[in-house]
Amino acid sequence: MSATLLGAAVTISQLMLVTAMGLYMTHMVRGPRAQDRVVALDACYVSAMLLLITLGMRTGSTLYFEASAIIALLGFASTVALAKFLMRGEVIE
Amino acid sequence: MNAAADLPLPVAIVISACLLAGAGLALTGAIGFVRMATFYQRVHAPTLGSSLGMVLILASSILYFSVQRGALVFHEILIAVFLTLTTPISLMLVVRAALSRDRHEGDLSVPPVERT
Amino acid sequence: MRRWLPHPTMSFVVLGVWLVLNQSLAVGNLLLGAFLGIGLGAAFGRLQPPPLRIRNRRIMAKLFVTVVGDVIRSNLALVRIILGGRTSKLTSGFVAIPLKLTDPYGLAVLACIITATPGTIWVSYRSAQGVLLIHVFDLIDEGEWIATITQRYERPLREIFE
Repeated sequence: MSATLLGAAVTISQLMLVTAMGLYMTHMVRGPRAQDRVVALDACYVSAMLLLITLGMRTGSTLYFEASAIIALLGFASTVALAKFLMRGEVIE
Repeated sequence: MNAAADLPLPVAIVISACLLAGAGLALTGAIGFVRMATFYQRVHAPTLGSSLGMVLILASSILYFSVQRGALVFHEILIAVFLTLTTPISLMLVVRAALSRDRHEGDLSVPPVERT
Repeated sequence: MRRWLPHPTMSFVVLGVWLVLNQSLAVGNLLLGAFLGIGLGAAFGRLQPPPLRIRNRRIMAKLFVTVVGDVIRSNLALVRIILGGRTSKLTSGFVAIPLKLTDPYGLAVLACIITATPGTIWVSYRSAQGVLLIHVFDLIDEGEWIATITQRYERPLREIFE
């Protein structure tokens, strides 16, 4: 009983997170301006991280935790680099 | 999900509720992001997923693994702390970049540069 | 002590993070964590951070509870706006707030609080004038926001850090 409930909850939330990622990705393509794309990419990173957490719950393994931690780190670094590029036109001055 | 078979039902209900609420918040953020008209309104929407949505999903993961293993598994808390510390920095940098771009183009709807 | 642990708080935080990350209290992990804590603590000292003084831990705990409540409340408010369909007649705008808080750690915590509550975003802070610029999603009354930020967050932060 609890296995069915948890399985359904994990599947539904994974569908929700994938839909959210899809919406962010369409906006990343559509624009209208560069800053919109950067924010969409950042939000996409966060959704991907949450998706990996739910994947860990589905398989019952804590190995996915490391992957999501690395995604969180890389998402932050890339957003900062892109924001700096928007501000100055170059990443390393 | 064969590992979840031995979880007590009340715990499973709490975990499912937290998970669904968190994912729902993340989806709402994405819907808001698509529906808003201007960039500065749009920036607010994804913070739904990266504040309460993230905390709810991580809490359900902590609860699930702790009950399943019979021991406290809480390294997810590191992600929560890390995201809470870094989201302000990245959003602030992006908004400042957007503001300086808009000012540079002579957009009158943003506050002008304050002279010192 | 001074020589090996110039920044004890930082070193112990690194050790704690390392142990939580590995989810173990084995001797090897303790040793490696202590080594990392000492090394990174020394590296942190090279950045010459401003000294951290926490005056009042009780107010800090109270502020934490307030912020958690505010985050949940503003999440629900934003959900209601997005799903309620009143996005077209929404007014959002910038608010300039004069701040008396000057401590860098206090300002960093204020930035985290303002951005973590959905609906407000920290835009810029001019240290010469002490003016903070934030963007508010659902802006009805500018004066009310200035009062909220200064009364609710800035005053306890000044009591904690200054």
